[in-house]
Amino acid sequence: MNHIPDWAIILAIKSGVLIFVVVTSFAYLMLLERKMLGWFQMRLGPTWCGPWGLLQPAADAIKLVLKEDLTPGGADRFIYKVAPALAVLAALLAYAVIPFGWLPDGTPIALASPNVGILFILAAGAIGVYGIALGGWASQSKWSLLGGIRSTAQMISYELAMGLSIIPVVILAGTTNLAGIVAAQSAHHLWYIIPLFIPAWIYGVTALAETNRAPFDLPEAETELVAGFHTEYSSLRFGTFFVAEYINMITVSAIRTLLFFGGGDGPWVGQYPLLTVVWFLVKLAIMLFVMIWWRATLPRLRYDRLMTFGWKFLLPTSVACVIVVAGIVAAMGSR
Amino acid sequence: MRFITNGITFIVNAAYGLVIGMVTTLKYLFTRKATIDYPRKPFPHAERFRGVHELRKYDDGLERCIGCELCAVACPANAITVIGAENDPKARVSPGERYGYRYEIDMLRCIFCGWCEEACPTDAIVLTPRFDLADFPRQRLVYGKDKLLVRDPFTQHMANTESAATTDPGVTS
Repeated sequence: MNHIPDWAIILAIKSGVLIFVVVTSFAYLMLLERKMLGWFQMRLGPTWCGPWGLLQPAADAIKLVLKEDLTPGGADRFIYKVAPALAVLAALLAYAVIPFGWLPDGTPIALASPNVGILFILAAGAIGVYGIALGGWASQSKWSLLGGIRSTAQMISYELAMGLSIIPVVILAGTTNLAGIVAAQSAHHLWYIIPLFIPAWIYGVTALAETNRAPFDLPEAETELVAGFHTEYSSLRFGTFFVAEYINMITVSAIRTLLFFGGGDGPWVGQYPLLTVVWFLVKLAIMLFVMIWWRATLPRLRYDRLMTFGWKFLLPTSVACVIVVAGIVAAMGSR
Repeated sequence: MRFITNGITFIVNAAYGLVIGMVTTLKYLFTRKATIDYPRKPFPHAERFRGVHELRKYDDGLERCIGCELCAVACPANAITVIGAENDPKARVSPGERYGYRYEIDMLRCIFCGWCEEACPTDAIVLTPRFDLADFPRQRLVYGKDKLLVRDPFTQHMANTESAATTDPGVTS
């Protein structure tokens, strides 16, 4: 094993642990969502698998693995099979740069802390649309194709507003490094949700659209498109799309926490730096709860209104925010 | 100017609507759940719910059924088959002259109307509130005396008073 450098092995172990944690949290996020939706609708949610339904994700996984893996007759076999993997790859990629907290010596707990952290996450999110679009395209089914096209159009139009809503944060923090942005927030003891509540809100809305969640779940609108882009998928490939969707949900919540809610910042982090991980996870859980809450509340948007909302409202508003914030920062002469 | 004020009014209205909606759903998050955890908890039923039948006994252990077939005549669905037989005075099954030698109710035909109950001169056949009688082979749903007859005469009155779950030995509440 002499030819493999130590750092590569350490990195591989770290990535393995990270992927395991993320996939497990996906499984329990799904259970949580089913429970919460049940409670919102005065039901109980899953209760039969294990105590309080806690083994439900395992049961679902076994069911999905044992199902027959179908490929439609006219499908483009290679793209059809690659698409789910691409989706989940793009979803997992973002975790490479997310700082979960701080070690006592001040280094962020993250796989990597590149200076282009935010750009990296935006790029990874943009790749995610390929999985969905290609999956819908390769299925050779009109519902899948419509779902894929909707998803592409929706993600492209909302990504603009999303990117623009992040720019004020970058202007205020003066860095695109995620750990740096969090550090800037805790240095000023000011979470950016307070000065930048409009960009924070825009980011929240566009994040819902990016992850294809209700009320922007048009790509997989059950009432219109059967199941959208993953209509033809079954077995593990369907499960993979599911994993990608829920991991994306965690990702956008994590980014929202980092950019607008101070990441791991919270009481007593000065004395106990490892508490940052706890605060980060608590904030993340609240973000996820709010996403589920939105799903339980809001009806799906009509497609033209979705586009109107994105292009005619969110985009101009975020541009205005960028101009105002940039103007204020320039006028104050400091960053 | 008008454009801006209209826009602000629209946004405020939309935000107000969103808040109302979110608060409404949040309220439902904490309300009592409508789901009844059925097989694990007893399902509430009306006091006089008509479910699976029961053939009752007298307190001394003799069967009430005298094989008169009035229930079979009354049955609108022809679900009841009764074949009576003469009692042997040395080993009585019922106190009367005759007893129900065979007593079968086809649960697949029964409409649970309760007319057998009303027709019975000795109050032998009664409808209990038990309702969970799903089963796989159709033959097993023709209930004979082995399934209909109460085992212990002192438990028979529970049928009219207790809940369904307590009469079902398969369910622990």
